[in-house]
Amino acid sequence: MISDLQHLLSTLDLDADWIGLRAVRETAASCYVRDGLPEGNAKSLNQGVMVEVMAQGQIGYGAVNSFQPEQIRAAAKTAYQQAIVASRWGIYPATPAIRPKVVGQYASPFQKPLNALSPGEINELLVRLCKTLKVSEQIVQTLAVARHETVDSWFVSSNGSEVYQQLSLIETHYGAIAQDGPIVQQRSNNGHLAHCYQGGWELFLDDQLWSRAQHIGQQTVELLTAEECPTTRTTLVLAPDQMMLQIHESVGHPLELDRILGDERNYAGGSFVKPSDFGSLSYGSRLMNVTFNPAVPNEFASYRFDDTGAPASREYLIREGVLQRGLGSLESQARLGVPGVSCARASSWNRPPIDRMANLNLEPGEDSPAAIIADIEEGVYMEANRSWSIDDQRYKFQFGCEYAKRIENGKLTKTLRNPNYRGTTLDFWHRLSRIGNSETWEIYGTPYCGKGEPNQAIRVGHGSPVCAFEEVEVFGGG
Amino acid sequence: MALDALEAEFSDLAAAIAERLLPEEQFTLGLNAEQSQFVRFNHARVRQTGGIVDCQVGLTLMANQRTASWRFPLTGNWDTDWAIAADALADLRADLPHLPIDPYQVLPSGDATSRDVHHGCLLDPNAVVDAVLPEVDGLDFTGIYAGGRMLQAYADSVGQRHWFATDSFSLDYSLFTADGQAVKGTLAGSEWDAAAYAAKLADSKQQLERLALTPKPIPKGGYRVYLAPAALADIVAMFSWGGVSEASLQQGESALGALQRGDRTLSSQFTLRENFASGLVPRFNHLGEIAPMELTIIDQGKLVNTLVNSRTAKEYGKTANGANSAESLRSPEVCPGSLPAADVLTALETGLYLSNLHYLNWSDRPTGRITGMTRYACFWVEQGEIVAPIENLRFDESLYRCLGDNLIALTQQIEFIATVDTYERRRLGGMWVPGALVEDFTFTL
Repeated sequence: MISDLQHLLSTLDLDADWIGLRAVRETAASCYVRDGLPEGNAKSLNQGVMVEVMAQGQIGYGAVNSFQPEQIRAAAKTAYQQAIVASRWGIYPATPAIRPKVVGQYASPFQKPLNALSPGEINELLVRLCKTLKVSEQIVQTLAVARHETVDSWFVSSNGSEVYQQLSLIETHYGAIAQDGPIVQQRSNNGHLAHCYQGGWELFLDDQLWSRAQHIGQQTVELLTAEECPTTRTTLVLAPDQMMLQIHESVGHPLELDRILGDERNYAGGSFVKPSDFGSLSYGSRLMNVTFNPAVPNEFASYRFDDTGAPASREYLIREGVLQRGLGSLESQARLGVPGVSCARASSWNRPPIDRMANLNLEPGEDSPAAIIADIEEGVYMEANRSWSIDDQRYKFQFGCEYAKRIENGKLTKTLRNPNYRGTTLDFWHRLSRIGNSETWEIYGTPYCGKGEPNQAIRVGHGSPVCAFEEVEVFGGG
Repeated sequence: MALDALEAEFSDLAAAIAERLLPEEQFTLGLNAEQSQFVRFNHARVRQTGGIVDCQVGLTLMANQRTASWRFPLTGNWDTDWAIAADALADLRADLPHLPIDPYQVLPSGDATSRDVHHGCLLDPNAVVDAVLPEVDGLDFTGIYAGGRMLQAYADSVGQRHWFATDSFSLDYSLFTADGQAVKGTLAGSEWDAAAYAAKLADSKQQLERLALTPKPIPKGGYRVYLAPAALADIVAMFSWGGVSEASLQQGESALGALQRGDRTLSSQFTLRENFASGLVPRFNHLGEIAPMELTIIDQGKLVNTLVNSRTAKEYGKTANGANSAESLRSPEVCPGSLPAADVLTALETGLYLSNLHYLNWSDRPTGRITGMTRYACFWVEQGEIVAPIENLRFDESLYRCLGDNLIALTQQIEFIATVDTYERRRLGGMWVPGALVEDFTFTL
């Protein structure tokens, strides 16, 4: 494919400063079982080419769902014309420096390949999961989902880039809903589709699969008779499966340079972070160390090069609580004059790259999970995201979880249902008082990070330890 | 690839699959295609611009009580496309015997056919920038123009055929003040009208002037609010997510369970229906079934119908009403009330005028509680006069309160709120909604 694209590139007769061709082929399969019966078995092929043409200081793009040379040439012509007509109105003068020459490859690590299980075998597993989840007649719904994708991408450019990357992606989910009259409760495997990884079936078929499913079924029923989460200010301990969402919404999005530049103001929103904050803003307590890390094995958004070809590496965004750099591509860094990372990504061949999160992780600290709980006289421990909402500047948030426990005198005691909490970003992160060690560190992800105009849903990964926050507003349902 | 040429190829593809079908097999074939121009603006300049051509076909094969599907691209090159389609058909045949029996499988039936083609008068892709930007010179204008042709089509093994083609555009924008306050505007349709654009901008600029005052911080608490049509549309959109779906109700996932059981009530002023009369979206669904032109869902506060697709109908012994696979609203309309638009501020008296909401989510779905934020052109009003814009507030409120006992009035006029989503592809249609005057709306942060 690389040589085909290079040949095609050499035949394009455009008066351009730079041209890039990014071909993408995504093959996917998904199986969805509800109450032990098949709801959907689907496969797909999605492929096409994105052509970016830089001319007169402006990038235009054209994309087509085909690898046929004449259709790619037509897309290139569209891209060129778009660049020319917009060049008088460009928001900044683009130069080829934002698209450096790179050569290299990347492939996701895996042990048990994605084609190792047939759709029939996957269905058997999912049916058994549903049966395992149904521990009571009060369970009114069980569901189990498994999806896998192989994404091949090839990138060549007029300044000599040649990149091939292959992602092996696996996404699984299972959970249950229990009902007793007006009381309805849900519980799942760490939140909706949180088990998103790069790798193979070894990441799903572990020794604890069946016992975990049974435990989730039991907890769903347990929630029906649990106490409501109290309305109070207290110490809040969040498990990594909720920290994922907390990091995503209140650290990741506000640090995106295109939000700070205003590109997203009409849709996803802006940010409370100002350009002058980089290098000085106290974002949270000294325990807070956040990294952009595209090199964590099995994390969902690992890669070696972003979708403009820029080489990606681990960088601290927040170090000991102080903001260091933003989530912004070479393009955004040039426009804003602040340091960023290689995070220009596109959801597929039919969207242009924009600033995205990728893997964003809270680094572990020193505390064992037992030590964190043991030191809390009164508090609430919450697991697994259920509800999420934050304002367009990424400041005032309210999040809800599936499951909680009361913490009393250093012990986890009664189960609580409908746990929610709210706060404001900087105040909340300054309340971070204890941070778990690497023993508590877990990785999750989601394929549904939404942003951009036109809209793009993209894959992100988040790793976090267990964390404790002092004096947070928590409350229940009803 | 010329999108119009795909009609013949789609028909050929359906015929080729039908020809190769085994006696025990049935199939459905769906198509989504677009030729779209996207121009993204920031600070009244071009941030990104380009065009895409895409067409995806979904083939579902059914045999011996088993179902599986394949989605693949259609490029207009028959040899390439048929090779992929034939492979997909073979793969589906290989997989089907190994899948579990589906007791709720619905086979295509009926004899519905339709062909709707709506030609518009859109801007040439190379003319969009010059048509949009000179008008906003000097303003902090941001947003996106998305326009072009869209196709949706359906074919199946019993001979049902549907073809829907339309030209459409949307210009979804915001104007900002220097301190970050903003006004939202949307222009949408099938014909670009420069005069309508100028008028819309003039209206937005007028609103922008009201935002020049220093924003007023509002303490959390309960306030009388006016939800402008775009704000109410965001709340009504939640009915498509664990709301009016019959499957959601049956499976404990609907916020309207309490309404159905009679535990909670909605205001007799609130009537919600599906109304396809505008023709902006196709009436056929994923099984080629045609939805009724009108279907009342909530009639004066009572849940009189849910959205039921054929699969749900089979599982729960209900009657299907042409709903889509997600049983979501496709062409919703909230009926108007009695409050004249000119009297909104007077009727609000003292409280909050909310033009838009943002990032809504269920905070407690079984009780219908929704949290979200205010956004864009939201004002504090005293004695019927706008006093100042507000700093954004978080709300956490049950729809059984705000569309129930606390609903004071709906406006006489309803507005069309265009759908501007472009995840995977551009979406069609929108929602007709009035504004709503609500007592004691709860703000928490």
